[in-house]
Amino acid sequence: MITSIKGGEAAIAASHRLLAKRRRGDPAIANLSVGQIREQLSLAVDRVMSEGSLYDPELAALAIKQAEGDLVEAIYLLRAFRTTLTRFGHAEPIDTAAMIVRRRIATTHKDVPGGQLLGPTYDYTHRMLDIALMGEAGHENLSDLTGEREAEDELENTAADADAVASALRRDCGVLARTDLVEPALSEAHGKVADITRAPVMFPSRRDERLQSLARGDEGFLMGLCYSTMRGYGRSHPFIAELRYGDATVVLTVPELDISVGIGAVRLTECQTVHLTSRDDSVPPRYTRGYGLVLGHGERKAISMAMLDRTLRSAELGETVAYPAQDDEFVLSHCDSVAASGLVQHLKLPHYVDFQAELQLLSQMRADYAKRRAEPGFKTADPATITETLGGD
Amino acid sequence: MKARAREILRVERLSKTFGGRVPACSAVSFSLRQGEVLGIVGESGSGKSTLLRCLAGRIQPDEGKVLIASDDHIIDLWTMDEASREQFLPTTVSLIHQNPRDGLRLDISAGGNIAEPLMAAGGRHYGSLRTTALEWLQKVDIEKRRIDDLPEIFSGGMQQRLQIARGLATHPRLVLMDEPTGGLDVSVQAKLLDLLRSLVRELGIAVVVVTHDIGVARLLADRLMVMQRGRVIEEGLTDQVLDDPHHAYTQLLVSSVLQG
Amino acid sequence: MGIDLAFDDHGVYSFAYLDEMTKRMIRRAILKAVAVPGYQVPFGSREMPLPPGWGTGGLQVTASLLGREDMLKVIDQGADDTTNAISIRRFFARVAGVATTERTGEATVIQTRHRIPERALTEDQIIVFQQPQPEPLRRFIPHEVVARKLHAFAQYGVMYVRLYEDISRLGHVAMSSDYPVIVNGRYLASPSPIPKFDNPKLHRSRALALFGAGRERRIHAIPPFTDVKSLDFVDHPFTVQHFESCCSLCGAQDSYLDEILLDDGGRRAFVCSDTAYCAEQRGERTKS
Repeated sequence: MITSIKGGEAAIAASHRLLAKRRRGDPAIANLSVGQIREQLSLAVDRVMSEGSLYDPELAALAIKQAEGDLVEAIYLLRAFRTTLTRFGHAEPIDTAAMIVRRRIATTHKDVPGGQLLGPTYDYTHRMLDIALMGEAGHENLSDLTGEREAEDELENTAADADAVASALRRDCGVLARTDLVEPALSEAHGKVADITRAPVMFPSRRDERLQSLARGDEGFLMGLCYSTMRGYGRSHPFIAELRYGDATVVLTVPELDISVGIGAVRLTECQTVHLTSRDDSVPPRYTRGYGLVLGHGERKAISMAMLDRTLRSAELGETVAYPAQDDEFVLSHCDSVAASGLVQHLKLPHYVDFQAELQLLSQMRADYAKRRAEPGFKTADPATITETLGGD
Repeated sequence: MKARAREILRVERLSKTFGGRVPACSAVSFSLRQGEVLGIVGESGSGKSTLLRCLAGRIQPDEGKVLIASDDHIIDLWTMDEASREQFLPTTVSLIHQNPRDGLRLDISAGGNIAEPLMAAGGRHYGSLRTTALEWLQKVDIEKRRIDDLPEIFSGGMQQRLQIARGLATHPRLVLMDEPTGGLDVSVQAKLLDLLRSLVRELGIAVVVVTHDIGVARLLADRLMVMQRGRVIEEGLTDQVLDDPHHAYTQLLVSSVLQG
Repeated sequence: MGIDLAFDDHGVYSFAYLDEMTKRMIRRAILKAVAVPGYQVPFGSREMPLPPGWGTGGLQVTASLLGREDMLKVIDQGADDTTNAISIRRFFARVAGVATTERTGEATVIQTRHRIPERALTEDQIIVFQQPQPEPLRRFIPHEVVARKLHAFAQYGVMYVRLYEDISRLGHVAMSSDYPVIVNGRYLASPSPIPKFDNPKLHRSRALALFGAGRERRIHAIPPFTDVKSLDFVDHPFTVQHFESCCSLCGAQDSYLDEILLDDGGRRAFVCSDTAYCAEQRGERTKS
């Protein structure tokens, strides 16, 4: 007996209920609040904000809760929300030199003006499970330190907090201040900056389009590409000139009033790399730059972005383009997790119409193969006539 | 009377079949002496390139032998172990590809391309590598000042000449050429053929040149082998084969070039 | 930090963190590496509590070497006081309970990243290098299979191409660290990203040198008194970095120097990268 499959509507409704049940988990365990996610899973929140390209910790936390911790799904939720927002203006370029710096390292020198500031990092932790965290209570008294989220308030209050390190660092410090060795940062006055959320990227791409695409690109994908350039599929010789993480003010100029006002602060990670470059003979050998900037605390992503910013300038700098990470079409067309996840998962949609068509093609190919196989001479070599060899002596 | 030159290459009943189809090469045998140029002609798919790759150590034949003269003895290319073969081949046999991009490193200077096989053979004196590279550039008619340029920016003809310089700089005993004038303009082809002819004469190397172009065969080759469907159907002195072809297929090949 | 307080007991982890079977596997790889100098021996690298690329290869080699009597020194960039060096030293002090020192002469095992101490090592010492990329051919031949064949056939022409290109373009070889070497006249090897200043220290060194690459899962070795030749041409011999200045702290003229930026206006000073050596020159006692 043949029954055609119907009742999709009921199935969807049931599936959603099952999701809701699994999301809640064991009702005997306390419900997870959005606030808890925001405060205690802050790096997940940061990644969702960064790739969702919307700075809103509360909504990002909500997205994580709703997606049961599936960050790519949460990123999608945030993107889909972002697209509905009215754009009422464009902020001034963020001045990262005026950041309240919570962490800042330079790797080209043991010490640099302004100092190395380790800040919060897993870099020098030993990766051993901490059984103490199984318990409810924190085991260290940390009340002497300023909390992460309080920085925004500080910034607004402009209260000089003893622990918030507000070093007035210049944008180009350390090796980047060596204007004799390092290419100048590219001018910002390059006409209108692209907006990849409003107009598609056209290839060959411009640097502003690339940076925007990379900034919202999938961390894993960018990191894998960056890794490939370091391992051999590319010729990358980078140094991190500076990596900083902190809070920067967003300034909006109100056109009607012609005044600039700070409207809040965002947490950012900025990475600047330098790469020895000598292929272009019209300029002396020098360091060229790579630039990465992401919302929240995301060092892997910021470094990968800076590296790819630089590899994607290969052609411009006279280098042979031979590896995926140097190809802007390859990188930019595949770095978006929302797009990638969509297409990869679309394979779960029904495909029986085209499968049926392919089945018919396959049976035709098999019939042809059988015919060829039956022909004489298949697979076996003929006893060939042998030509005489010349000159035996 | 000139004494007969030394035998450099002998191929005995070489066969190769890919994936259950008609054999690419079937029981091909021939021999080649120093200073001699053997042309292998036939249309595409006749097995000539497969044969060449078997000689170059790139494709292992199913049956048959490839014997190459070393300094004091005969090497059986496909019975020796891979390490010995890889030691032996670079200094003895050169393969010139139809597409120079397959035989050059495009991201390395012209000089570096010529120097690489020399360094692989143990060259450790920069000055003399440089001198050799300059000499070879001159020989293949590339301006000396291009020595540090990347072949990427060379024309197709220049790239091919550079590939030839790279292939010959180590003075290989045996040079294998796969459609060396393949993708080039007619005027560029003629120039390259002249160059090849004079180099081959000057160096007295043994050459196997594979081509589908009867004109190229006539200009370069002393002897010809005509291949069809993996088999040698006719062979002899070049003039003899081209002026008085016996096999119907050879007659067709020759007449088609006359008409073309 | 909280994480550091957990598992601080030898009942949970083996001596020096790795279990004994793993250590035995690594020791076998080390023995093979010593037997075939410069050859990259594959080994079953484990996940370590530090991330790959941060010295897990060196960490595993050190872990498999350490005994209770050993005296460990850890340096990064030549210095004992860099964060990574401190982190690794603390790790071993904790999981192996071994004594640690900053004095080069006192150490039996020295784990290092990017430097060889200035003070000549002795036959009683083993130096363990952290090695991010053990394959010197990788920058030209990304494919492992091809590179391994080139090693097997000792076909290193491609490496000399790099030297040739640099000299013809720039007049000199433009590799300043991780400068490739031929070990024992046979294998092309990476000395790890030490400045080429340190390459001559490897030649016929009295100490055993072991190179651990955790992420790439390879170990190679330079046994004591082994010839180590930095690649060069007869008419362009290998040279090391030379400093115009001397150390502003100890006045040493024979050591590798770090540049210190005094301000963003370009004022600079130079000090020894080998902090223990510098202290020794100044007659200071370093911590043991």
